[in-house]
Amino acid sequence: MRFGFNFWLGATLTALVIFAGILAPWIAPFDPVFNADLMNSELPPDATFWFGTDAQGRDVLTRTLYGAQISLTVGIVSQLINSLIGVTLGMTGGYWGGWWDDLVSGLTNVMLAIPSLIFALAVLAVLGPGLPSLLIALGLTNWSWTCRVARSSTLSLKSQGYVQAAKILGYGDMRIMFTQILPNMMGPILVMATLGMGSAVLSEAALSFIGLGIQPPSPSWGSMLTDARQLIQLAPWIAVFPGLAIFLTVLGFNLLGDGLRDSLDPHMRTRKP
Amino acid sequence: MTQPLLDIRNLHLGLRLGRDLHPLLNDISFQIMPGEAYGLVGESGSGKSITSLAVMGLLRKPLSVSGGEIIFKDRNLLTLPKREMRRLRGKNVAMIFQEPMTALNPLSTVGRQIAEMFILHQGKNWREARRLAVDSLARVRVPNPERRVNDYPHQMSGGLRQRVMIAIALACDPDLLIADEPTTALDVTVQAEVLKLIKDLCAERQTAVLFISHDLGVIAAVCQRVGVMYAGCLVEENSTDRLFSDPQHPYTRGLLGALPRLGGRLENGRQRLVDIDSIITDRSILTKTRCIAPRIKEGSTP
Amino acid sequence: MTAPILRVEDLHVRFSMSGGSLFGSSRHMLHAVNGVTFSLAKGECLSIVGESGCGKTTTALTILGLQQPTEGTISYRGQPFTGPNAPTRMQRAKAVQMVFQDPYASLNPRQTVRKSLSAPLRLHGITAASEIEARIEVMLKNVGLTPEQANRYPHEFSGGQRQRIGIARALILEPEIVVLDEPVSALDLSIRAQIINLLLDLKEQLSLSYLMISHDLSVVEHMSDRVLVMYFGEVVESGGWQQIFQTPAHPYTRRLIAAIPNVDDRISTPPNPKSRDLIVLKNAEFGTDTRVTPDVFRPPSQSKLIEIAEQHWVRISSV
Repeated sequence: MRFGFNFWLGATLTALVIFAGILAPWIAPFDPVFNADLMNSELPPDATFWFGTDAQGRDVLTRTLYGAQISLTVGIVSQLINSLIGVTLGMTGGYWGGWWDDLVSGLTNVMLAIPSLIFALAVLAVLGPGLPSLLIALGLTNWSWTCRVARSSTLSLKSQGYVQAAKILGYGDMRIMFTQILPNMMGPILVMATLGMGSAVLSEAALSFIGLGIQPPSPSWGSMLTDARQLIQLAPWIAVFPGLAIFLTVLGFNLLGDGLRDSLDPHMRTRKP
Repeated sequence: MTQPLLDIRNLHLGLRLGRDLHPLLNDISFQIMPGEAYGLVGESGSGKSITSLAVMGLLRKPLSVSGGEIIFKDRNLLTLPKREMRRLRGKNVAMIFQEPMTALNPLSTVGRQIAEMFILHQGKNWREARRLAVDSLARVRVPNPERRVNDYPHQMSGGLRQRVMIAIALACDPDLLIADEPTTALDVTVQAEVLKLIKDLCAERQTAVLFISHDLGVIAAVCQRVGVMYAGCLVEENSTDRLFSDPQHPYTRGLLGALPRLGGRLENGRQRLVDIDSIITDRSILTKTRCIAPRIKEGSTP
Repeated sequence: MTAPILRVEDLHVRFSMSGGSLFGSSRHMLHAVNGVTFSLAKGECLSIVGESGCGKTTTALTILGLQQPTEGTISYRGQPFTGPNAPTRMQRAKAVQMVFQDPYASLNPRQTVRKSLSAPLRLHGITAASEIEARIEVMLKNVGLTPEQANRYPHEFSGGQRQRIGIARALILEPEIVVLDEPVSALDLSIRAQIINLLLDLKEQLSLSYLMISHDLSVVEHMSDRVLVMYFGEVVESGGWQQIFQTPAHPYTRRLIAAIPNVDDRISTPPNPKSRDLIVLKNAEFGTDTRVTPDVFRPPSQSKLIEIAEQHWVRISSV
């Protein structure tokens, strides 16, 4: 398999964010929460505080690094939930057909008709704010596209000779789905999940920004933006660095997803004999 | 002796990737006389379809011609300007394909698609073109042509669609019809009818045919002369009768022995089919020698 | 002739097509298979020939259990193969297997040859690694591949080799009956001979019974012991291969044979044309005009099969 420039750029950005998140406790110069020191509040970037400090005098660099942990957790866990729901429903619906498929398709269409952010808001309103609620809210709202892709892949794979052969060899339906169908549709599902991680990071930021996501003082990029809102003219660095982190992370996931799609799609592949 | 209609001389063609050229056709030369049906037979990847694309001027990068000439009516098609080539296609050289559904426009009635040919190449007006379209459908033996002109392609069976394709191809009385596996997707009884139609219409109008197929029987039913292609080389060429009764090249002999013939078991009992690989142990030597040495040519003119 | 191992009796398959217009829907019944009856003996190759839509594939799918018959019964060695006492997929797998037409779509691209062959064995209770290895090795040799090739993926093989792998997979559970669905029509000319020879060798060697579906009459003549000609869901003629090819009686069978473009037609006159008209039945007696396409949404017209020679049956109109 050959990967293009987009893939490598995306992979590099994503890897940077992952390392930042994992290594935050060792490389961050300060503590993200308990380093508040009002004497140092709203300092512009300098040799001690590379990204400046916020209204409570906490180091913005430290909080941005720790923020990667939350964004990645949200992106990865919510997409795992999405893929699990989407693939399970789409694959069984496409494979068995009948009333179950009608039900799955109907549910998918309903989900697609509801703006996912509004739906996530409703879930958060019921569960209350916080990281676990956020994971559930984002994990329940974005599975419909994955479900559609899984269903249509299953429909086309179902008529392939090797799936028929597996039936004739005595394989049960579950075994056929897991050994014959699922491995052959992992490509598009992986692409969907990667692209979905980008949008989950954005949704997390948006929900935290309006106060329903990660609660202060936890360092999430979205809640950092909320804090920075009133100071945007006085101390722009408080908003700029988390904003930049969101931008680069989402860009990284999207480039990674596009690159994966390009190299998995046989039509986009240029072959050398 | 008359001038050949199509004269392919030492055609070399390859796949250009960067600075390398991977050869696909190696020194192909053959001629088609006016009104003659010439068959190219070979397996997939032998280069028979690429040859026809080269004649139509439909080669796309990275395919490129690296030598030779394609002379059609005293003009070298390889050096012809694009505008002239476009005018030639459809008017002088027409083509039919294996799957008519992909070649027909699904959003337009078949009558309109035939009529367009008359408008485009003969400058007819719409009313006249439509009348000619009905005539064309009648000529390709579509039942109820007055009603069928208003049909869309999906309303027709595979056999009828291929007839419509033939009607479009022959609309402007081309000098050469290129048929690339035109009956492979059809049922046998429909295939027999379509083959007869192509044969009759082309004989009637003195249209030359370049017929490409992997099916020796189909070639035998339509063509007067046959060229056998193997790995980008024309390994044997002869009149159809002589080629099938007295094949010279080991590959041709292998092909003929490799297929069960209808009636063969009734006559001789079940014979083990010839495995070409057991005759031709080193395929590369075969093509190398044959492409460089003069290939087996017809013994006498037909 | 030995006793039949598979019997298909009065098989009907109808599909309900809900279709229609803007104003109310209508339900049509598509008559895909109408009253097909035949039996298959041990070691025999029975071919079903006919053109697309004649019901030959649907008939095969009912035997494989991939399609439920609307009416009629199928039995294997006296045990019912359909109805409430039908065997499970697992039980059926040891009796009937299938070789597919397209060698490119019939192998899972993510599984090595070894995996494709070992998984069915494990599923059917053969778990000893040594035995699995031994059986895969024997099977690969049987189909003309080497045991070393077992670790490769399908894309590393040519079309002919893939078809060999497909045959190996069909035979790994040692079934008695193999359904061959156009086994060579997607292959290159020079490969067809190898696969046909291989199939005939395996049939002898393992005393297999073949049920072949094909539209290629020259392959059918070469391989079959008996032939069933189907036309729009019905068997119009059946008999031994000599009877069908030497003395075809039904106009459709004759038309099918006459339609095959044959290299021989160019070389000499067709062999022995007079033998093809031994049985003189008036055209009117057949009832159906095979040049007019029958309506598949209507029940077929009244007709019956009569025996015109030993085991040579032809359908004529009974009105």
